Amino acid sequence: MTTAGAENGATKPNSFRTGPDDQGHFGKYGGRYVAETLMPLILSVEKAWHEAREDQKFLDELDDLLEHYVGRPSPLYFAERLTEHLGGAKIYMKRDELNHTGAHKINHAIGQVLLAKRMGKTRIIAETGAGQHGVATATVAARFGLPCTVFMGAKDMERQKPNVFRMRLLGADVRPCHSGSATLKDAMNEALRDWVANVDDTFYVIGTVAGPHPYPEMVRAFQSVIGREARAQIMEREGRLPDSLVACIGGGSNALGLFHAFLDDPDVAAYAVEAAGKGIETGEHAAAIAGGTPGVLHGNKTYLLQDDDGQIIEAHSISAGLDYPGIGPEHAWLADMGRVNYVSATDHEALEAFQLCARLEGILPALEPSHALAQVIRMAPELPKDHLIIMNMCGRGDKDIFTIADILGVDL
Amino acid sequence: MSDRITARFNALKAEKRAAFVTFITAGDPDPDTSTKLLARLPKAGADIIELGMPFTDPMADGPAIQEASLRALKAGANMHKTLEMVADFRKSDTDTPIILMGYFNPIMAFGVEAFVEKASSSGVDGLIVVDLPPEEDAELRVPAAKAGISIIRLATPTTDDARLPRVLDGASGFLYYVSVAGVTGTSSAQDSDIEAAVTRIHAASDLPVAVGFGIKSPKDVGRIGQLADAAVVGSAIVAQIKANLDETGQARPGLVDAVSAFVHTLAEGTRG
Repeated sequence: MTTAGAENGATKPNSFRTGPDDQGHFGKYGGRYVAETLMPLILSVEKAWHEAREDQKFLDELDDLLEHYVGRPSPLYFAERLTEHLGGAKIYMKRDELNHTGAHKINHAIGQVLLAKRMGKTRIIAETGAGQHGVATATVAARFGLPCTVFMGAKDMERQKPNVFRMRLLGADVRPCHSGSATLKDAMNEALRDWVANVDDTFYVIGTVAGPHPYPEMVRAFQSVIGREARAQIMEREGRLPDSLVACIGGGSNALGLFHAFLDDPDVAAYAVEAAGKGIETGEHAAAIAGGTPGVLHGNKTYLLQDDDGQIIEAHSISAGLDYPGIGPEHAWLADMGRVNYVSATDHEALEAFQLCARLEGILPALEPSHALAQVIRMAPELPKDHLIIMNMCGRGDKDIFTIADILGVDL
Repeated sequence: MSDRITARFNALKAEKRAAFVTFITAGDPDPDTSTKLLARLPKAGADIIELGMPFTDPMADGPAIQEASLRALKAGANMHKTLEMVADFRKSDTDTPIILMGYFNPIMAFGVEAFVEKASSSGVDGLIVVDLPPEEDAELRVPAAKAGISIIRLATPTTDDARLPRVLDGASGFLYYVSVAGVTGTSSAQDSDIEAAVTRIHAASDLPVAVGFGIKSPKDVGRIGQLADAAVVGSAIVAQIKANLDETGQARPGLVDAVSAFVHTLAEGTRG
């Protein structure tokens, strides 16, 4: 292997863990495609982040909060009955749904709010899709006494009512976005519009490994605790590395969080599961890698769902957290490099996986990781019993019971 | 650098007045109306025209220009038609500079090389690409410069002395001073702040400085014209287009006349 030519995708790099470059590029992806008004601020966020990650005091405070406030490390759980039922590979679940607030989003919310505090910012904004990132951000903002505004697509507010109420209980101002498809991408547009008008006092807590540099790298750094823990835990349980990792992917924060610690272990396969919605062939999906092309949106160059004219196509997924027409730029690069396998699961497959997991394991998964479970259900039976899978259970499904009741025709 | 932009600023300098710059979105509210309106703008007093390239996700724009983009797209606008509009305009006007303004994704989808070539042959003089800061604009700036198209850089209230040289390095045509930290069509800046910013930019660059954001009335245009080399009006004109739509969102018969008349009153501001 050689580093030569890695930038144009011709050959594989020596390491998959060293990106981005100092301009925030992963190969040809990433970068800082933002309005000039935001550039000085983006540069100061980068500077503050690079200082913070070298500051032991900052890292100690982060670790302390992760342990005592979030409840880390999250368990690595052997899903015995699901393993028996599928009759093949041995399935472990990384239980990030047991975190405070019920999803992995709190990992990067704490990190970013600590950075905001360090930078002297006095107001927090965030966008949210499923509401998990919004809840996590509202939670941490409350913990640090900072006012918090969360932008959320009006359609998402309707299908994620419990999370809207939770954010409001936490003192956040939840603002509906009616433009475009009224989902996550429109919430991100509104958050950027707010930020550009409030550059002096506001820190934007981005909810995934996307947006302008340094966000993809920074969010990855805060989320990669998942993979570091999983690596130590599987070594303790099994005495060896896993054979496969499986995670769902919208923007890709939980997937990169799990994968990053293993990217330079060539024998560990990684599967990122995009939301195929009603089926890739129907055009109603949220699979940016499977059905998209490279473009620029929300501060970075990456794969996007778009038409021939470069207009963004509305994504579709049963899962509000995956309902986004793009994907983090590092994933775009990993896809081109062939290091991670990007597959997909439909709404229907995710629902089936949800129900199976609930009955066999007594765990209500969120609709997002239900997509990852669908991939596990697909691959495990074909694999030998000594094949170790770690699946990222990145969120709990309590927030989704109304959506699921609706689909199952149950009146709550 | 575009000859037309230089020639226009030189001519106005001789007249001792600032340039009046108008913005409309290509294809808003429909291709036919938009083409007619574009052709009328110079007679109404526009010295330079900014033509918006519609995009689904204009994250630096306020509601007025967001809606204009969506109206245009709904009526079938796309990059090919935007460039054809410019080519059509050039048949009757060879002097008024046209600056295309928008976001990078539709340009990238068109293909940067193909876009620059077609823009040049259609008579485009400059490009303002809002989400392409100096750090990322080489992929467009280099081919554009070869084709004689200026990349208009943006300076903002957040562009401090440390940042300004980065913005000016590679800038051409003119410099667009975004006078408000915010999206289009919202608040207005204090004259004293604008004056200080323009003075600072003039000290660092020979390029003319155009000021935009929050300029709505003939009086605003007149005031800004005293402070800078050009005054840009966008959202206020786009709002006049919206005001001349019927209940179904179609252009009323008098739209072109009404909007042109509004532009004319604004233009009087620089000719006071």
